[in-house]
Amino acid sequence: MKPPADSSDIAIKVEGLLTRVGGHVLHDHVSLTVRRGEVLGVVGGSGAGKSVLLRTIIGLNRAVRGRIEVLGQDMTRLSGQALRRVQTRWGVLFQDGALFSGQTVAENIQLPLREHTDLPQALMDEVASVKLSLVGLPPDTAGKYPAELSGGMRKRAGLARALALDPELLFLDEPTAGLDPISANQFDELIRDLQKSLNLTVFMVTHDLDTLRATTDRIAVLVDRTLHIGTIAELRTDPHPWIHEYFSGARGRAALAS
Amino acid sequence: MVLSLTPPRPADAAWFDTRRDGDLLRVAAGGRWVLGEARRLDHALRGLAVEGCRRAEIDYGAVDRLDTIGAWLLLRTRRELEARHLAVAVVNVPEALLPLVRTIDHDCTAPPVTLPYHQTLLWFLDRVGRSVVEMGRWGYELLGFFGGVSYETMATIVQPRRLRWAALINQIEETGLNALPILGLLSFLIGVVFAFQGADQLRRFGAEVFTVNLLAISILREIGGLMAAIIVAGRSGSAFTAQIGTMKVNEEIDALETLGLNTVEVLVLPRVIGLILALPLLTFYANVMGLTGGAIMSYFDLGITLPAFLRQLRGALGDWTFWVGIIKAPVFAFIIALVGCFEGLRVERNAGSVGRMTTQSVVASIFLVIIADAMFSVLFDLLDI
Repeated sequence: MKPPADSSDIAIKVEGLLTRVGGHVLHDHVSLTVRRGEVLGVVGGSGAGKSVLLRTIIGLNRAVRGRIEVLGQDMTRLSGQALRRVQTRWGVLFQDGALFSGQTVAENIQLPLREHTDLPQALMDEVASVKLSLVGLPPDTAGKYPAELSGGMRKRAGLARALALDPELLFLDEPTAGLDPISANQFDELIRDLQKSLNLTVFMVTHDLDTLRATTDRIAVLVDRTLHIGTIAELRTDPHPWIHEYFSGARGRAALAS
Repeated sequence: MVLSLTPPRPADAAWFDTRRDGDLLRVAAGGRWVLGEARRLDHALRGLAVEGCRRAEIDYGAVDRLDTIGAWLLLRTRRELEARHLAVAVVNVPEALLPLVRTIDHDCTAPPVTLPYHQTLLWFLDRVGRSVVEMGRWGYELLGFFGGVSYETMATIVQPRRLRWAALINQIEETGLNALPILGLLSFLIGVVFAFQGADQLRRFGAEVFTVNLLAISILREIGGLMAAIIVAGRSGSAFTAQIGTMKVNEEIDALETLGLNTVEVLVLPRVIGLILALPLLTFYANVMGLTGGAIMSYFDLGITLPAFLRQLRGALGDWTFWVGIIKAPVFAFIIALVGCFEGLRVERNAGSVGRMTTQSVVASIFLVIIADAMFSVLFDLLDI
């Protein structure tokens, strides 16, 4: 399924991005590069446009101007078959899992397999249970419907579906929001483990300072319609007041102290 | 003995070789063990012959790319060999693949579940049984809700101060006034169609003028009221369910309760009473529009002028013809509002359930309205009116 590796080791490249939602400019001249195998966290205030940035990169939202390259393909020009091919190489986890409510968890996980591959049903059942155990869900989850699951389990099941096609690139929208601290910790570990063993590139939108510290290699802070990118240590010295407050406020100090 | 999967191998395809060394079975895997190759590998691996072997060795040495499904296929093979009492050794796992192999190995401890397939007779009977029980419970709960709402209605009549007047007026506007255009147009058209069809049949007997009687009886007794009820069930009954259901999803209902407010009093009564007041008026309006349509069609098709139409109409009406239609309206209104609110309060905390309950509300209220209409027919027949 996977095409030969691209010559470059860059997974996502955004240049001079301008987006507008409802007449509001959300991003202006935003540039960003994510290397393969890297975990990038995107933070920013509520309504700053973090999720919109993610949605723009995966093509759910149209950029006014700018260039977006994902896995070496120019997303702004891609359509039809070529776009589908890129889409099978990434996995997206939406905020509440976005599981299809009319299907069981197993059917949810098998849907991308059924659409994009020709595996026999027996093997697809096996794949579904492998993915479920990868994300730490008990095997009997397979036959349940999303409405029967708790929020944390729905996120894990959503992650299992995002991993169905063994993507190279994983987009996560607030993966730990709404989880209790213990589940959130487990989720962080899970992401880190999967990233290591599957060599994933992860683009993660989050609010959670603990998640940032535990999982990310670099952080992009979205303030004043642009990105400030760096490691936690670099960003702590950033003079911008919002960034300073974010990392050096009470919560920031507590999370980063350990 | 050498058994290779695809003798002339494409450069980057996945492959495996099996070789016998006495009682040792060597399985050497190589190439790209990824999703795209899985179908072929799966089939071939299931057919692995192990007769006479007591030990096995799985060699990962030549694998240059591995994803979870490839890792799973190799792990499954190992488990299957072990299940056939072979001692299995895994050798030469490349450094880069080690984390993935370990993760899959460690995580996939439980045997994969095979899902039950929904095809058996038992499953069918199970579903039928469940639906019947479900329907019984629905009726029982609706009856309970009916009791609760009736009680609150009585309490409000005794103590009218408790009624939310602003909400009531709002509901009358929404369910009554705003329904006028659609209801008027449809009733008018029904009148036109009835006059046309009736005239066509009655002309054969030379009894065209009785088209007016046909119109008067059918529209006033049945069609006007049913049209109004069905339109309102589709417009307002569904809206009740969707409004209250959305509030349920947002926990607004819970918030109301914890603020010490009575859900039935705040949300249900204005809707029920509003509709009970509005539907008789709508029925009257539907009757007028239906007869107007009939009168216009009668003029063009049969040449019956308006004064002649009215004279014939007056002759056709019994003492009760008009009231029979109007009396039914408050009952229909009560059914529609009751079912609409009931289904709304039954919504669970997910968005899908709002849509399901809304559909169910419309179907159930129209069903119950027609049942009630049939019962009225029997009643009026017994009363000779």
